[in-house]
Amino acid sequence: MPGDEYLEGIFQVQGRDFVDAGIVSSEIKKKLKEKGIPESIIRKAAVVTFEAEINIISYAEQGTIQYYIEPDSITIEAKDVGAGIEDIELALQEGYSTADDSIRELGFGAGMGLANIKRFSDEFEISSVPREGTYVRSTIYLNGK
Amino acid sequence: MTDIEPYDNHCLSQCGVESVTLAQIKELLDAEVIVGDDKLDLEIKTAFGADLMSDVLAFARSGCLLITGLSNPQSVRTAYALDIAAIIVCRGKALTDKFIDIAKELGIPILWTQYIMFEACGRLYREGITGCVREILVEDKTSAR
Repeated sequence: MPGDEYLEGIFQVQGRDFVDAGIVSSEIKKKLKEKGIPESIIRKAAVVTFEAEINIISYAEQGTIQYYIEPDSITIEAKDVGAGIEDIELALQEGYSTADDSIRELGFGAGMGLANIKRFSDEFEISSVPREGTYVRSTIYLNGK
Repeated sequence: MTDIEPYDNHCLSQCGVESVTLAQIKELLDAEVIVGDDKLDLEIKTAFGADLMSDVLAFARSGCLLITGLSNPQSVRTAYALDIAAIIVCRGKALTDKFIDIAKELGIPILWTQYIMFEACGRLYREGITGCVREILVEDKTSAR
């Protein structure tokens, strides 16, 4: 968990705000490009943020996405107040989903979200309390490993 | 999964084409250029076709063409996250102003065709454009690329 001195930005994400889904990913990507971070690293961070955002919009009342840049890594942290996850092992399985039609219409909700976050993370942490909320942290190494 | 003939150079050697410009793609698909009139000389070698953005985020590669029937802001933001070269909206899907505005903002060229996805893909493949990945191996689903 990076120290506050590495915090680069905080974004609020509103549950059920389907229209703007993905905007945090685009904004973080723009910022990382300005900083000259390698493109392949930025792509991973953008995908992780996108899926984290979709999860908050889909299953939470509200949440925040914070990102940190340390000398050797980027960390994306997503926290929300909402439905939480009953069975994390199950939620991590590709294809498992509790999404409704409004999420599927966006092109998401097929049970790939958490699996994708994990796929593009060098370090991945998740914890959740049902009916309270979920915490996801993804760290991506700048030098690949 | 056995005895698949070597893929990477197969079509390229047969078709004698290494890349196709967006201008050529416009002709091949009887497409309308909605965004990116100034980027028609962009060269495309590979493509990914899907309506499910989580699959695009998981498996598409930078620089490829995205062929999709999903004409909402999330498909543009997905393309931006991955540095996808351009989006072909197929099946004559209706386009909203918001979709077009975000594509302009993020600099993603949009071509619009009435061909269904299969027809659009076939026409491009015949000209030498290949999949940005050929297949999704089971082991890819658990390991980061």
